[in-house]
Amino acid sequence: MIELHAIRKAFNQGRENELWALDGIDLHIEAQKVTALRGPSGSGKTTLLTLVGCLARPTEGRVRLAGEDISGLPECFLTEIRRRRFGFVFQQFNLIKGLSALDNIILPAYPTGRPRKQLLERAEELLARLKLGHRRAAKVEWLSGGEQQRVAICRALINDPELLIADEPTANLDTHLAKEFMAILEGLAGEGRSILLSSHDPLVTESDVVDRVVEMRDGRIVDER
Amino acid sequence: MKLWLARRRYLIDFTLLALARRKTRNLGLLLVYTVLVFMLASVTLYSHALRQEAARVLANSPEVIVQRMVAGRHDLIPPGYIEKIGRIRGVQTREARLWGYYYDAVTRANYTFMVPAQGAPAAGEIVVGPALERSRGLAKSNGISFRSYSGKLHTFVVADVLPQASELVSADLVLMSEESFRAFFDYPAGHYTDIALSVANPLEVRNVALKLAAALPDARPILRDEVLRTYASIFDWREGIVLALLSAAILAFGILAWDKASGLSAEEKREIGILKAIGWETGDVIKMKFWEGLLVSLTAFLLGFVAAYVHVFHFAAALFEPVLKGWAVLYPRFQLTPQIDGLQVATLFFFTVVPYAAAVLVPIWKAAITDPDSVMRW
Amino acid sequence: MLFQPAIIALLLASALCVLALAASAPFAVEVIRRWNIKSGSERQLQLERRTYLFSTLLGFVLALQLAAVLLFVFNAEKMSAMFVGAMCAVGTLNVNAFGFPALNAKIAVFFLAAMWLAINHVDSRARDYPLVRIKYALLLILAPLLAASAWVELQYFLGLKADVITSCCGSLFSEGSPTLAAEASAMKPLPAMWLFYASLGAVIALAAAHGIGGARRAWLAYALAAASAAAFAGTIAGILSFVSLYVYEHPNHHCPFCILKPEYGYQGYLLYLPLFVATAAGLAVGAVQPFARRESLRDIVPAFSRHLATVAANGFALTAAIASVMIWQSRLILLTQ
Repeated sequence: MIELHAIRKAFNQGRENELWALDGIDLHIEAQKVTALRGPSGSGKTTLLTLVGCLARPTEGRVRLAGEDISGLPECFLTEIRRRRFGFVFQQFNLIKGLSALDNIILPAYPTGRPRKQLLERAEELLARLKLGHRRAAKVEWLSGGEQQRVAICRALINDPELLIADEPTANLDTHLAKEFMAILEGLAGEGRSILLSSHDPLVTESDVVDRVVEMRDGRIVDER
Repeated sequence: MKLWLARRRYLIDFTLLALARRKTRNLGLLLVYTVLVFMLASVTLYSHALRQEAARVLANSPEVIVQRMVAGRHDLIPPGYIEKIGRIRGVQTREARLWGYYYDAVTRANYTFMVPAQGAPAAGEIVVGPALERSRGLAKSNGISFRSYSGKLHTFVVADVLPQASELVSADLVLMSEESFRAFFDYPAGHYTDIALSVANPLEVRNVALKLAAALPDARPILRDEVLRTYASIFDWREGIVLALLSAAILAFGILAWDKASGLSAEEKREIGILKAIGWETGDVIKMKFWEGLLVSLTAFLLGFVAAYVHVFHFAAALFEPVLKGWAVLYPRFQLTPQIDGLQVATLFFFTVVPYAAAVLVPIWKAAITDPDSVMRW
Repeated sequence: MLFQPAIIALLLASALCVLALAASAPFAVEVIRRWNIKSGSERQLQLERRTYLFSTLLGFVLALQLAAVLLFVFNAEKMSAMFVGAMCAVGTLNVNAFGFPALNAKIAVFFLAAMWLAINHVDSRARDYPLVRIKYALLLILAPLLAASAWVELQYFLGLKADVITSCCGSLFSEGSPTLAAEASAMKPLPAMWLFYASLGAVIALAAAHGIGGARRAWLAYALAAASAAAFAGTIAGILSFVSLYVYEHPNHHCPFCILKPEYGYQGYLLYLPLFVATAAGLAVGAVQPFARRESLRDIVPAFSRHLATVAANGFALTAAIASVMIWQSRLILLTQ
């Protein structure tokens, strides 16, 4: 589904504090599989996620999505691809405070201009599935950590993406909630949705749900299983 | 088209929610914005109303007034002068007028004493304007004494009070009979203050004036149109000066708007980052901010304008009166006729909304280009 | 005569526009020199992000120009009271030689900005931004034109001297001043009517043909743009020579501006708004056509061009319809059998 060739990514390019966060990555992320990136912090996992998820562009190298080279695309086209094909679950959940759970969930669909009725139906369906129906009108800051994450998952799924990207999904959860998350993940994987995770939590990387673990260090891939 | 509308609606919805969530932050800006609109709108509404008032007053005045000049100064019209004008084509009526100013030490105001062409009061009676009615506490059939310039005391009975309709000119008016006038001012018999000519066809006025100037070299014809033009230009100029002075306020407001727009809170920056990460485009964020600015602008504009309207027409523009009216003596109370003019509103829009838009444009863009991957790096 | 509120506002608007374009000039040069869409470097990213700023800025300039044209005419109308012999905006604009050039320059800048935005629109739809260099080169051409327009406007306002009474010797000072042409020159009604309906008919037909034909033929696009310009001129001539007469119900009052006044129910806006929009759309068809063959624009240009052609056809049709209704409802009889 997504192929990465000789990807390099620099920050603060040309300045004294120049940093190559990724240094020659070749990776093929397969469709309908659960892939996990593992490695210590600073190994480039998150940067790699941003490149795959079209949040950023590589400094060098090529990203191919379904055969098409998207590495040189201007931001607005990357955004369009991102909106349509990827859903994100962030480590800090990144919900917008002051809005209700429901409003947060339908936010990624605003630029698509889909009718509100359709959006609300879809959101209700997702809320019911993640057993959050009773919290739909609650402001997100009143939700517990686990509930917030489930809202974030609903939001990631509102545009029905092909690939779900989750950055350190269990970092802010206790063991019980982390297990719950893995159960949700299993459900999604069972539907045939592709999932890409970054994590250094053994609960995630050792799980049976994960089809493939990619080991990273210092911006390179060191091992794979 | 439907899609386009739906997208707009979502953006506006979100903007409204965002504004509601950050009430206090936006309230300050809204307040300053409203005050600015209020000040500028007061100035323009007030000067426009004055202009209209002047036009209304002059609408009933004669097309041409002839004054006599002696050594470059305005002098009395001697007996027989009006006959010298003779017949000029286009002039409907010629009429010699008697009027003058009187300083009343009691109220410290100037009154205009005048003998009306028709319906002059009987000898010993006067008709007064509303300002006089108020300041001297006069009512119908009251008596009042004025000490004339020669030192004699003259007593008059108030026969009537003039209506309020056009106060600017009638306020300080005192109408009296010709005998009373001549007796009060010791006005030489047969002399008059000036001559009024009425000309029916506006295109003839200029020719009449030219012929007058030829027939009577010492006469100065004053055309109503020219007076009107002068008033309009003077009021415009005053308004312009005040607006130019207020431009410092506009600039300050622009800087404030810039500052407010660029000094996004960490919370708001984070929000924009999130929106971009979950699939909002830079253009969407710019549009959202644009709607935000538009909503704030329209609210401020409406509030400020309504406040200014009330200020000018119900409280007689208490704050700016001294600068704009420019009359030597101000009347105790002075109601303007409400009047709104499209050009004024358009100009006002240019003075407030355009600087605001210009000031927030760059900060909005700066906010909108937040890296979408920034949310991953927190 | 600078201390007039509307004049200050207009000068402020012009200054803002000039400033906006002046600020974009260095960026335009940088884009032309350093743009490289293939690069993922941070500099390229920065350049790309700045294009948003300058598109927004140009949109702002365009909106401001349109508003300024209206205010300019509006103000000329009001100021006519201050000039001897000026009965309406035409007289005020004739006070000195810069009046009409200033108005024309403003209108021209508006259309040029609209064309630039059309090019910008198709370019930002294509994944490789193929026109970015051309676009910014055009911006560099637009900037001095805008500055020139602002300069002409300033000259006009500086040259305005109101005929007012001075303190002592006031009256009749204006006897020597030449009477201003209060009327714009006009054609005879019958040929003007031919020109009006023929030019509008031609442009509507071309726009319809272009739209229906899928906007694939280059010559049609250029013909449409030319016809739009011609129809704009033809409509203005028509308004001068007969539409205004019907509105005023006066056989000699040729004025394109008085129909904007409240006395005539602001009818002019109904007429001018679709005309300006349609002309801008028609010209934009011509502006984007040269790029129709570019690989990445092969589908984008025709789609947009069709859209513009629809807008132009409807706009011109609306103009013709509104003018016809005005004529039909008038009690004035200009043409007799």
